[in-house]
Amino acid sequence: MEILLQQLINGLVQGSIYALVALGYTMVYGIMGLINFAHGEVVMIGTLVTISVAGLLLKLGLPVALAGGAGLLAAVAVCMALGWGLERIAYRPLRNAPRLTPLITAIGMSIVLQNVAMLVWGRNYLTFPAIAPKAQFEFAGASFTAVQVMIVLVSALTMAGLLVLIYRTRLGMAMRATSQNPQVASLMGVNVNRVIAAAFVIGSALGAVAGVMVGSYYEIAHYQMGFMLGLKAFTAAVLGGIGNLAGAMAGGVLLGIIEALGAGYIGDLTGGFLGSHYQDIFAFIVLIGVLMFRPSGLFGEKTGDRA
Amino acid sequence: MLEVTGLSVAYGGIQAVRSITFHVNEGELVALVGANGAGKTSTLKALARMLDTAGGDVHFLGRDITAIAPHRLIREGIALVPEGRGVFPRLAVAENLAMGAFVRRDKAAIAADLDHVYSLFPRLKERAGQLAGTLSGGEQQMLAIGRALMSRPKLLLLDEPSMGLAPIMVQKIFSVIRTVAEAGMTILLVEQNAKLALEASQRAYVMESGEITLSGNAADLLGDPKVRQAYLGE
Repeated sequence: MEILLQQLINGLVQGSIYALVALGYTMVYGIMGLINFAHGEVVMIGTLVTISVAGLLLKLGLPVALAGGAGLLAAVAVCMALGWGLERIAYRPLRNAPRLTPLITAIGMSIVLQNVAMLVWGRNYLTFPAIAPKAQFEFAGASFTAVQVMIVLVSALTMAGLLVLIYRTRLGMAMRATSQNPQVASLMGVNVNRVIAAAFVIGSALGAVAGVMVGSYYEIAHYQMGFMLGLKAFTAAVLGGIGNLAGAMAGGVLLGIIEALGAGYIGDLTGGFLGSHYQDIFAFIVLIGVLMFRPSGLFGEKTGDRA
Repeated sequence: MLEVTGLSVAYGGIQAVRSITFHVNEGELVALVGANGAGKTSTLKALARMLDTAGGDVHFLGRDITAIAPHRLIREGIALVPEGRGVFPRLAVAENLAMGAFVRRDKAAIAADLDHVYSLFPRLKERAGQLAGTLSGGEQQMLAIGRALMSRPKLLLLDEPSMGLAPIMVQKIFSVIRTVAEAGMTILLVEQNAKLALEASQRAYVMESGEITLSGNAADLLGDPKVRQAYLGE
């Protein structure tokens, strides 16, 4: 029972991070039908920028909260610029190319960004600066940290903000219209290129927030960390129904919980043959299962209906 | 108001429109009729910048709009009701209408125009909160016209408004088109149903294999034996 509660808490925390990253995949897919496989690398760069900026400010003797806040802002700014640049340089020239071309370009950009990060930050594991409080809480036999609470709260607030943006603003309405029929949206006066760029920039900002969360949660970072995180978040987006915002949120949290429960019980289930370090297989079991039995995901409409 | 000179449109290796010249005066309802594949919709799409032109030029209110960015067109005062309606299926009816006024900032006037559209199409008001994708074909056509009116256009381009609709719905749509035209709107109407289009319009151009073969007063064309034979099934 304690294991169950503990793993549910861990899963919710991990799932909140997946959800934020999954939103980046799903926003871009919803608007232009592209799976931006470089999105995991955007998150990674967010983490590494925070390490550099917050680490430097801490060394200069600034208070923890200030250094952490500056690190987060720097990550968001750099990732937004990166998302904008990716779209402008890598994807916009391919707007009318066959669908496979931008997909391969996305994989290429992912490799480029990993290598740039390796050149800038090196190939060793980096320690994330201690910018989050260390407090620990107990509840019904399960324990959780202040960092975990912050991750869940910040990610819930960020997602609520995104929903307000998409469903209550002019830009959000233009984005929804463009995802349903870009040609007609353009007739209404929507600058479709600008809306697509906005989807990249907003998704990247969410990715930056997720990157700071990952860093403060695991306290360690590496130029290759975006790859697995990106794949898992992509799985979460597919699980929820890619292109669907609520689906990405629910899919992220659900995937986090499935993984955590899997990791908690895999030892018992296999008689100790497989340990909890096999937790990564659950995400991919989920991915294969969804693709086989419900390719449109939990909340997705019928496939192909993307406008 | 609209001057089209030597316009050609080609796509996929096919010359869909061959150097056509026509004009629309302010306050007129002009029809472009002809059989399926004659190049009517290609002409309209080229005017609306959904297709690139292969030659010729388009002037609107004296300005050259041949190569204007597609999203700038509505700011110039041209609104298109596209073939197949093109409503945003997962936006509510009211949101679709709001999209029509996307480039406008004059809130009070937008609200007044919304009331006007609802008075033309009371059905849309009843369904304001419903997703556009759940409307019938006729209701979607009403929505597409209402949405175009929400931009307060100087020129309204209508592409096959009767397509796929039940006869009773076609009557309704055309009576609204007449009302809008009588209120002073300039309209260029592309329509396969030549009888309907000629009865509603003042002047018309007949297109055949990408060229304009006949033009004149709609009433004269209605009486023209060639037109009657080719397009009115007599």
